[in-house]
Amino acid sequence: MADKVLMKGNEAIAEAAIIAGCRHYFGYPITPQTEIAAYMAKRMPKIGGVFLQAESEIAAINMVYGVAATGKRVMTSSSSPGISLKSEGLSYLAGADLPSLVVNVQRGGPGLGGIQPSQADYFQATKGGGHGDFRMLVLAPSSVQEMAELTIKGFELADTYRMTAMVLADGTMGQMMEPVALDLEVKPAPEKPWATTGTKLAREHNIVNSLFLSPEELEKFNFDRYEKYRYIEENEAMYEEYLMDDADICVVAFGIAARVSKNAINEARKQGIKVGLIRPITLWPFPTAPFKKAITHVKNFISVELSMGQMIEDVRLATECKAPVALCNRAGGMIPSPEQVLAAIQEANKNGGAR
Amino acid sequence: MVVFDKPHALADVPMHYCPGCTHGIIHRLVAEVIDELGIEGKTIGIAPVGCSVFAYNYFNCDTIEAAHGRAPAVATGVKRSDPENHIVFTYQGDGDLASIGMAETVHAAARNENITVIFVNNAIYGMTGGQMAPTSLVGQVTQTSPYGRDPKLCGYPVRVCEMLAQLEGPEYLERVTVNNVKNIRRAKAAIKKAFQNQVDGKGFSLVEVVSSCPTNWGMTPQAALKWIDEAMLPYYPLGVYKDRSAEQEENK
Repeated sequence: MADKVLMKGNEAIAEAAIIAGCRHYFGYPITPQTEIAAYMAKRMPKIGGVFLQAESEIAAINMVYGVAATGKRVMTSSSSPGISLKSEGLSYLAGADLPSLVVNVQRGGPGLGGIQPSQADYFQATKGGGHGDFRMLVLAPSSVQEMAELTIKGFELADTYRMTAMVLADGTMGQMMEPVALDLEVKPAPEKPWATTGTKLAREHNIVNSLFLSPEELEKFNFDRYEKYRYIEENEAMYEEYLMDDADICVVAFGIAARVSKNAINEARKQGIKVGLIRPITLWPFPTAPFKKAITHVKNFISVELSMGQMIEDVRLATECKAPVALCNRAGGMIPSPEQVLAAIQEANKNGGAR
Repeated sequence: MVVFDKPHALADVPMHYCPGCTHGIIHRLVAEVIDELGIEGKTIGIAPVGCSVFAYNYFNCDTIEAAHGRAPAVATGVKRSDPENHIVFTYQGDGDLASIGMAETVHAAARNENITVIFVNNAIYGMTGGQMAPTSLVGQVTQTSPYGRDPKLCGYPVRVCEMLAQLEGPEYLERVTVNNVKNIRRAKAAIKKAFQNQVDGKGFSLVEVVSSCPTNWGMTPQAALKWIDEAMLPYYPLGVYKDRSAEQEENK
């Protein structure tokens, strides 16, 4: 067992990125993720890396685009309003098939919103996040340890599939401190023969580009990309199941909401209620396999979210609406309490035979 | 004996530019400079959004297509990914550099980012069919200023070199034009200096090339070149606006 260190979630992300071989970070200050930039500003110069505070989130994501085009591991981080600004760049990264890591430590919205934790960027992260047909790999940590592990996983997946991986955390995950083991394995980056690093007059010139005026050509790129996405959906979904074997009721929650929900589930179990948890770890691809299994015995699903109900739509799709899905939520920077989730479980238990 | 040939750094493909457009001349000058400095193998070009969007097809070095206005930020990333081994240039028009990308331009200059910027100012949005640019002259008729640019309504054209010269950051700023042979030779010398500065690690070097757009100015190519002298240059005077190394040399 390796020694553990006490770290903030934001710092764990930054250190894990360095462990993953990322030597280029570009960002713009925004609460509640600024610790990532501060950590990088201290660490990068000491290890021969680059930390640069960009003039805007737009510039930061385009600096990421530049480094990504040269094939090196690169990242930026922000919080909700800043991610909206980056969405132009996210679309261009997708259109040029460039790998990158983007962290969103979410806060309440819309607009300038607030600075307290939120999960209201679920749609933005999983359904779009920019113009055009594209996906991002979306990873949702539920502990400081996972902040580190999923950051590394994000770099690996991004390189494998030439996509942006987004770590979708929230203000709680970013700010809370927990012990972390940092003796983490990293897969080496694959060869990147497409990178624009100079021809050395030894090959044809590489072009990194997302412009195709021929609709036939552009359509083919879209179809090919979605072929890749289908493969990812079948092979890369990650999730945790907790007390699901005999569950009549299934709570679905990710990130901080999953931790709150586990407390409520333990309490409900003490009261004899057969309740379990499915915790999606990848939000895209959304894990459908545990739902296919659960639907054979679960009578009621409850989606616990720090939003007005966004993941609930994917839960309904994954369960094919074969059982009712209730929403248990807070919004605008508020977090559901274990008591609120327990009450939702008890309510579902009353309706237990309603299927 | 070959006395005139296509530069190696210029791809042997047909260009899409309109007849009489000066982009072709400027592309050639950039390619000649890349050849003469022997840097093609380590050069990465950043293309803009606008008429020169397809510049990525026209140079034989590696190229990257940037989002509209973001070329200096992309160039920053590319340069910083390997400062010793990458020579990075952006090629941008007036809408790209001086309107939507003004923040990226100013801050790359302020950081003295060690890149070369070729800024083609033809006072109009060409690709989208001739709309008013940030550099369109007062009174200039365009699709979106059909009664002539009215300063009361939309302000005054931006002089990029003069503005950036106020910054401590940039190394070298020069405005040139390509409307006759003499001016083309001057333009080439400026472009060469802007690349040489990067090779020497001196920092942000921008060459503004006052250019013509016969199609959207509604002129013949000859009349457009004349209009550069008569209308453009009085508002956009040619010359060196900043040359830090030369200034330091003088002050010694």
